Amino acid sequence: MSASLRWAVTFTALLGLAIPWFLWGSAQVVWGLPIWLWWHIAWLGLAALLFHRFATQNWGLWVTGGSEAETQNGPETGTQNGSRPGRGDRR
Amino acid sequence: MSVALQVGIIVGYLVVALAVGLLAYRVTERTAEDYYLASRSFGTVVLLFTVFATLLSAFTFFGGPDNAYSLGPEWILVMGLMDGLIFALLWYLIGYKQWLIGRRGGYVTLGELLDDRFDARGLRGLVALISLFWLFPYVMLQQVGAGGAIAGLTEGVVPFWAGATLITAFMIVYVVLAGMRGIAWTDTLQGLFMLSMVWLALGWVLTAVDGGIGTINAGIQAQAPELFALGGGAYTPQFMLTFAVSIALGVTMFPQINQRFFAADSEAVLKRTFALWPVLVVLLFVPAFLLGTWAVGLGVTADVAAGQSVLPVVLGAYTPGWFAALVVAGAIAAMMSSSDSMLLSGASYFTRDLYRPFVDEDIDERRENRLGRLGVVVFAVGALLASIWVEGGGLGAATVGSLLVQIGDLAFGGFAQLAGPVVLALYWRGTTRTGMYAGILISQSLYLAFNVLPTVDLGLLQLFATTYFGWGISLYLIALGTIGTLVASVVTDPAPGARPDVVEVSR
Repeated sequence: MSASLRWAVTFTALLGLAIPWFLWGSAQVVWGLPIWLWWHIAWLGLAALLFHRFATQNWGLWVTGGSEAETQNGPETGTQNGSRPGRGDRR
Repeated sequence: MSVALQVGIIVGYLVVALAVGLLAYRVTERTAEDYYLASRSFGTVVLLFTVFATLLSAFTFFGGPDNAYSLGPEWILVMGLMDGLIFALLWYLIGYKQWLIGRRGGYVTLGELLDDRFDARGLRGLVALISLFWLFPYVMLQQVGAGGAIAGLTEGVVPFWAGATLITAFMIVYVVLAGMRGIAWTDTLQGLFMLSMVWLALGWVLTAVDGGIGTINAGIQAQAPELFALGGGAYTPQFMLTFAVSIALGVTMFPQINQRFFAADSEAVLKRTFALWPVLVVLLFVPAFLLGTWAVGLGVTADVAAGQSVLPVVLGAYTPGWFAALVVAGAIAAMMSSSDSMLLSGASYFTRDLYRPFVDEDIDERRENRLGRLGVVVFAVGALLASIWVEGGGLGAATVGSLLVQIGDLAFGGFAQLAGPVVLALYWRGTTRTGMYAGILISQSLYLAFNVLPTVDLGLLQLFATTYFGWGISLYLIALGTIGTLVASVVTDPAPGARPDVVEVSR
């Protein structure tokens, strides 16, 4: 599976289940809080881990030119093309 | 608990914020890029907290807990999805792209970027005007909130106008002097302060209640057994998703957030921020909104519909007065950290996108520098006077006041209408100037019409309703505006001076 498809599926799943629809109507309480709240807390923790993985493995995907930014670069080796031809406002 | 001590705590807090702002002033350079963007130099901690503190307004302390109290704790899910996930992904898709383009082209505002992309000075002015239209009442809401919070805490000894003026005066000083760097440093302080206060408050209430969470939950079972059930009441899937999507999109187009997209120091900073963001969101909203929900189980009552907030009532019942004053200081920190950023970005939209292109194209850096600071003062004082006038009930104030509150409440949806066309401008080569005008004007005017005009019954359907099939009108219009830009771009030619290369970035 390509990186683009893999991450599209991952992010869609993250968004789709941040609210645990399958627990709709449940009022079950575990360790003092509704079980659906525990799910949400764990889910955002998972999101942080996956965001970290995305940032280290495929950062730039969809945003920078090439459609497949399949790089295994460390966090510091980003674009360093910081040349600044003039100010934004030339008028 | 004496009023003097309460006022002392709040003034003490303000002085600390001012001192941090002054510290930042010592390293501020006299250029627009430094004043508005701190020379794009933010590291992870400062970027994380300045966006966080700017995003969170008084809502975290008042509106959010009130919703969790009257509607149920599901509001945590709405905010988690909205801010923790959707906004994070939009920050990557819109914000990271803007950062890459902005660094290369030296852009300070979104309008400048669009102007270069489409060779459209008018579009730049239009985006600035629309932004200021939604922003001004929103700044006022923050000032009204701060003035009201101080008046409430001191039981009227410090009147509304004095509290609002005090907060505004402190903000003006450090925003005028230290610009974005001063704001970001105070934001970091304010963000950490807010986070500590909600957790301390949660811990305090848990230990003060005999039997802790067991007692609270038993109280909820007795008072409102359905409160913990996911969904039900106001919470339908459509309601939750409308809020989450519309507000997340709106946040990206709020000037004070959008401008921060330009301000990161490096890609490494953006990557770390991206990964840490959902954690920070959970850490704040879960305790803040749980306190609102717990009020039900504790038998604490607040007349939320009449404008009373539940959190101060809970704190008043279970914590000492000085601690409640500290939490109110935290709420004021939340308001200040939002409004100071709005003042600066509002002033920058005015000077960079309205004054400079339309009034004086050849303004030199020195004068622009002075004008930017003057803009902050005018914006802040204008909003303050309007707030005091509306709150004081002057001639016609009730009508104008309710209109302004309405505009402030609609601001997120209003900004969200800009997101579709802007995403197309950033990603699709085929977008044209006419397409941008079409999408923005259609969605803005219809959004205003549907929210302000009275509903008209046309038999089969209603015109100017705010929801259809449970989904908010803002979602339909975001789609319509995006389609408007798409279609109008397909049928029109790009302007002669248009430069699609402006938004192209490659590794």
